[in-house]
Amino acid sequence: MSRRVGLEASLAAAEAARMADVDVIAAYPITPQTHIPERLAEMVADGELNAAYIPVESEHSALSACLGAAAVGARTFTATAGQGLELMHEVVYVASSMRYPIVMTVCNRALSAPLSVWGDHSDVMAVRDTGWIQIFCQNSQEAFDLTLWAFRVGEDSRVLLPVMVHFDGFHLSHVTEPVVLPEQEEVDGFLPRFRYPFALNPDKPMTHGAFGPPDIYSEAKIAQEVAFRKSKDVIIQGFKEFGDIFGRYYHLVESYRAEGAKTLLLTMGSFSETAKIAIDLKKSKGESVGLISLRLWRPFPFEELRQAVGNAETLIVFDRCISFGGPGGPVSSEIKSALYSEKNRPEVVSFIGGLGGRDMAVEDFEYVIERGREIVEKGSKELFETVGIRGKVTGIRG
Amino acid sequence: MKEKSIKFGKNVVTTEEFVAEGHSFCVGCGEALALRLACKALGKDVVVANATGCIEICTSPLPVTSWRVPWIHTLFENTAATVSGIEAGLKILMKKGKMPEKDIKCVAVAGDGGTSDIGIQALSGAFERNHDFLYLCFDNEAYMNTGIQRSSATPYGASTTTAPAGKLSIGQTTWKKNMPEIAVAHNIPYVATACPGYPFDLMNKVKKGGKVRGPAYVHIFSPCPTGWRHASDLAVEIGRLAVETGVFPLYEVENGRYRLNIDRSKLRPVEEYLKTQGRFRHLLDEEIAKIQEHVNDEYAKLKAKVACFAA
Amino acid sequence: MAEKRLKTGSDFTWRDMEVGNVVKEAGNAALRRTGDWRSQRPVIDREKCNKCGLCWLYCPDAAIKPLEDGYYEADLFYCKGCGICANVCPKEAITMIEEEEK
Repeated sequence: MSRRVGLEASLAAAEAARMADVDVIAAYPITPQTHIPERLAEMVADGELNAAYIPVESEHSALSACLGAAAVGARTFTATAGQGLELMHEVVYVASSMRYPIVMTVCNRALSAPLSVWGDHSDVMAVRDTGWIQIFCQNSQEAFDLTLWAFRVGEDSRVLLPVMVHFDGFHLSHVTEPVVLPEQEEVDGFLPRFRYPFALNPDKPMTHGAFGPPDIYSEAKIAQEVAFRKSKDVIIQGFKEFGDIFGRYYHLVESYRAEGAKTLLLTMGSFSETAKIAIDLKKSKGESVGLISLRLWRPFPFEELRQAVGNAETLIVFDRCISFGGPGGPVSSEIKSALYSEKNRPEVVSFIGGLGGRDMAVEDFEYVIERGREIVEKGSKELFETVGIRGKVTGIRG
Repeated sequence: MKEKSIKFGKNVVTTEEFVAEGHSFCVGCGEALALRLACKALGKDVVVANATGCIEICTSPLPVTSWRVPWIHTLFENTAATVSGIEAGLKILMKKGKMPEKDIKCVAVAGDGGTSDIGIQALSGAFERNHDFLYLCFDNEAYMNTGIQRSSATPYGASTTTAPAGKLSIGQTTWKKNMPEIAVAHNIPYVATACPGYPFDLMNKVKKGGKVRGPAYVHIFSPCPTGWRHASDLAVEIGRLAVETGVFPLYEVENGRYRLNIDRSKLRPVEEYLKTQGRFRHLLDEEIAKIQEHVNDEYAKLKAKVACFAA
Repeated sequence: MAEKRLKTGSDFTWRDMEVGNVVKEAGNAALRRTGDWRSQRPVIDREKCNKCGLCWLYCPDAAIKPLEDGYYEADLFYCKGCGICANVCPKEAITMIEEEEK
């Protein structure tokens, strides 16, 4: 019998790792992820989870230990946030290029300086190009579901890539919500045993991590890119299998009341749920608005995004990160790039807010929609505008 | 019929080569010799995690590998962390019945840079967590693979490219970091120093370290003709001189108890060691005297520890 | 019998790359001829040699090979000519000669 319990997203992710019968956990605590390693340590100490828990001395070592564990064929899990993700940055690239299917929860946190333990997407944007499959959760149920899904997809022999499961620091990580937990048999039916084809073993000695002289490095990276793009098929298959077993179907891009809407708002992560309320309010007044939520961030869902945008005239992109001196809102720049080749494309308007734990209330999203439409009507030279930040800023040109 | 092993008195050495011929170590490399011997002492039931450095570069240019045992290189400073994951992974997989039980030794291989500088945090962590692994530090006393840059293992007075001897400097102005003693301070079961000039001592120590439950650390002196600027045939001779002058004493510490493996009643003058290498060529008598004094002090300290905590 | 050749990067298109660039053929470096590095080679005098095996033990390149009759010889495919064998030989049975000499 599946049961419905109240769980913090962090604890839901830990529970998913437990039900996935993870073998090795190597994690370093950092706000706001701490509940995850704490809960996992507790599970191991109480015999609820049969896993090796390595209390490493830094995040760089956390992900490095995960490399070693995955290399011998262990199902491997870790979690981090903000500065921790930055500290392991070079290891992040290595995990994907060496094709180790590690699953990592990232409780999205702002980057220093100034120090902020609170949530935004700057840690996510720093790892855009690292070659990990990346997916966003909006609520605790998704934190559970997508962690399970991540093992299934990453470990698939056609994929063999690491997966980041993102959820907003504090705004989601520390929020208790109802979660439906499945039966262990259902999970076992969804998630096969991990069989890593190149496991380090004296019976069949292999070399991992040989270096790449100039006459071979390029070929290695193209091979990685091709494999990464191809993983999309398994990603979609994974969503279907998940839905067939657990009854919840996820999509690369989630559309909310977006059919035929003239103005669309685009968000990522848990703020999408707040934005949905703003959409409902506006729609009740007869406005032609809708919401697109990017669920899969990498590999970028170009086709699905263009489909979701449809014939909208205005697309308002909400970013929780500043890409300094360049694109401004990083998601907005990726969206513009994705729509560049379309004959009919909407006006893309960029808003930045929700930095370092700054909340976005329903009214803030209503403001974003109204001001976004105004910008399109009246025209604007600004690369982006801010929401919820005291003091208007002008003169930022793209 | 090919001999499986060769006898040297009571020492039996396998003829199997775990690091294949055709590697690209320099002509006369002391580290290559030390690695070859160490691998013979460990055999085939190992998983080796290797830091970026001379050994890694000379043995693994894609698409070619010298390794005949399972081997992984990831980054420069994380060898001890990677090997921690390997060790924990193998243990839990066997415990959970996901792989057959087998005695597989987890071995970390790194240079002095990857050990006492950029790699020291990961090593300290792995020691403290008490993983079952053998850590071999191949010490050629500088970041040799990238061009002879100084490390904390570079000895006082040596000239390197980032601490060169010049009009205003004698080169390295700090004393060599004592990595074996740092390992001892972590209270691990086994710490030893070794040198390819004493091959059987080296192989016995590596074998011993491999059999330890918990962390073991063997610090291996690795003469480098390229970086130390000596003739290509002298790696073994210079290694012996280092031991005979007290510059690199051979000792073991088992559960905190010290044993000096070679204790000469009178050490040879340190100058005999220094003059063999171009990296010390610029040193004046007063600096050599300073080095001699330091060697004497350190040796006396070591002997005191042996007396205090005899094995 | 097909001659095995040392692989180089130029043999590979991106399609030929193994997943994660894993090298599955252990020790395939043994196909590399390092013998053309040397400028001198060891000559072992059997009159003086006592078959102690130390030259074999101390070779950094594993390029001294044991023979059936108990003597040793340098494998010129690999030998880089460092001279360590000559340096350690207790019987001074090994001489390094210049590569030009026959």
